[in-house]
Amino acid sequence: MSKKAAPTAESKVSCTGQSASAPINANLSKEEKIELHRKMVRIRRFEERSLRSYQSKKIGGFLHLYIGQEAVAVGCCSLMGKNDHVITAYRDHGHAMAVGMDTKALMAELYGKITGCSKGKGGSMHYFAPSLNYWGGHGIVGGQIPLGTGLAYALKYKKLTGAAMAFMGDGAVNQGAVHEAYNLAALWNLPVIFVIENNGYSMGTSQERSSAGPGLAQRAEAYGMNWGTCFGHDIYEVRATMDKFLTLAREKHQPAVVEIDTYRYRGHSVADPDKTYRTREEIEEYRNTKDPIQLFQKTLLAEGVITEALIEQIDTEAKAEADLAADFAEASPFPTPDDIQKDVYWEADNADKRTSKGRLFFD
Amino acid sequence: MAVLTYREAIRAALSEELTRDENVVLMGEEVAQFHGAYKVSEGLLEKFGPDRIVDTPISEAGFIGMGVGASMLGVRPVMELMFWSFYSVAFDQILNNAANVRYMSGGLINCPIVIRGPANGGTNVGATHSHTPENVLANHPGVKVIVPATAADAKGLLKSAIRDNDPCFFLENTILYGEKGEVSDDPELLIPLGLADVKRKGTDLTIVTYGRCVLHSLAAADILEKEHDVSVEVVDLRTIRPLDIDTVLASVKKTHRVLIVEEQKPFASVGSQLAYMIQREAFDELDGPIHRLATIDAPAIYSPPVEVEQLPNPQRVLKAALAAVE
Repeated sequence: MSKKAAPTAESKVSCTGQSASAPINANLSKEEKIELHRKMVRIRRFEERSLRSYQSKKIGGFLHLYIGQEAVAVGCCSLMGKNDHVITAYRDHGHAMAVGMDTKALMAELYGKITGCSKGKGGSMHYFAPSLNYWGGHGIVGGQIPLGTGLAYALKYKKLTGAAMAFMGDGAVNQGAVHEAYNLAALWNLPVIFVIENNGYSMGTSQERSSAGPGLAQRAEAYGMNWGTCFGHDIYEVRATMDKFLTLAREKHQPAVVEIDTYRYRGHSVADPDKTYRTREEIEEYRNTKDPIQLFQKTLLAEGVITEALIEQIDTEAKAEADLAADFAEASPFPTPDDIQKDVYWEADNADKRTSKGRLFFD
Repeated sequence: MAVLTYREAIRAALSEELTRDENVVLMGEEVAQFHGAYKVSEGLLEKFGPDRIVDTPISEAGFIGMGVGASMLGVRPVMELMFWSFYSVAFDQILNNAANVRYMSGGLINCPIVIRGPANGGTNVGATHSHTPENVLANHPGVKVIVPATAADAKGLLKSAIRDNDPCFFLENTILYGEKGEVSDDPELLIPLGLADVKRKGTDLTIVTYGRCVLHSLAAADILEKEHDVSVEVVDLRTIRPLDIDTVLASVKKTHRVLIVEEQKPFASVGSQLAYMIQREAFDELDGPIHRLATIDAPAIYSPPVEVEQLPNPQRVLKAALAAVE
């Protein structure tokens, strides 16, 4: 196995372990627990549906699937309060759904339709929903991390009690911008959690072939920042760990780096044949023993929160929702060439409030 | 009205806008305690305190990106680059994130950031510190690019840039910081972006220029009038994008001859764009080919007397102008 060294014993809490009894989880209502499960299932079914659309050439460009990592986005985003904000990289479908974006607009964006969440101007890697405190969806590895730090800066500047979660993959940790952001966050005590979703591979290069040092989150020590790791296949553990660090960020302006161990079942993107850098057995091992949806389902069954019938119903509904989203996307119109130059300048789109003169566009 | 230096005029703009809007913050390397590497921000820390005037580490990608993120949530950061040359280490933040975020979000997100600092050669600091990236910046739809030549323009344009809801890149000039001029003290006197200014009226030749080259062109115009009986009109673009091409074309229709003067490497420069637009839109008005005077096409040379010759200067403008009216 080419993944990193096993997480510490402490962070290897199983679904029935300490995390379930952490107050942030113990206080969840039955409905809230079911909702967590439902969100993970909806993300998976949405992405499986999007993959079929991609294979039938309805979707262009890249499609970076989140399948296998659902507990991370859903767990983290389920902790968001009014002034908490999220930003992530290009594997952004899960976060978008976790904050509550509408699947019809998300699918339509993949199809490049005007009804998409970015009017067909962003695509898979560039989902945004500022009204839901969701700031993208960014294509350049690590480039979003200074922006996430800026969200935290703005919160602190405006004296709002909240935190920013800036997500990245394990491949981003070697980008300079990430380290610059770490330094700024620690130097100025900004309420930001840098969340490393460690799925073991930066594209096709394993952690051991790309990252020096004992661990990715541990690099925070160099900046005097808090850090932690967690077993990201268990949504309870994700929530328990992140709750601790989010509270420190919101209440004490302490930034942190949290490395969440996770795994993607699909290639880096749909274009990745996924045959060169890991084995089928490794993927199957994760699917069979660490699938976040299966694990949480078992937990909820054991807790008596959910029934087999409800699991089935949720799954059926999630598939139907994904199909509906695809139908909506299919039926929606494309943007027209007239739309190409809209949404470039605030001033051009708000001509009645324009104060500048001269030409904004050229031919 | 008061006589201020270009530096003081920028400081006055910052001070007035910091006073007007509590969301405005000034950030950058050495802007606070050190009073600014070029003393532009001198006194602002004392006046506005460390929450508004913020010293950053030498970390352009980090702090510019942070400013972009903060602007998305309603802060209006003015980020000082000690030299615009350092934009290269923050290129992704400036030209992927600031420039594109509105578009990629389908118009949901604004990025009201100002990035400002000097962008010029002529100070013998070699190729790494002498970039004039206005053409590179203006190549990115979504951004605005301002290059003021005078103290009054610097103040009025910077105020407009700070109030603008699009990302504005403001390119100053270390050699101009000490230049004096009459500047309004009216805090509501703004100069709109995208409005060129005819700095000198003339009938025989239009010089289209901006930034420090306006001064070179005015100096050359004096000589041309006195010694060569050539009447030159000097059009100062002031803003590169949006571009006031109408003022340029109106001048061309009057003089029928054009010289573009720019402190730019010639390949795909601002002047290249201007020349295209002038020939496309005023072809029948031209009595001769459009001429251009640019920086001599090489990395910035260090050697002090030779660097003067690499850049446009009054003598080079004079020579180019005479060729253009031949």
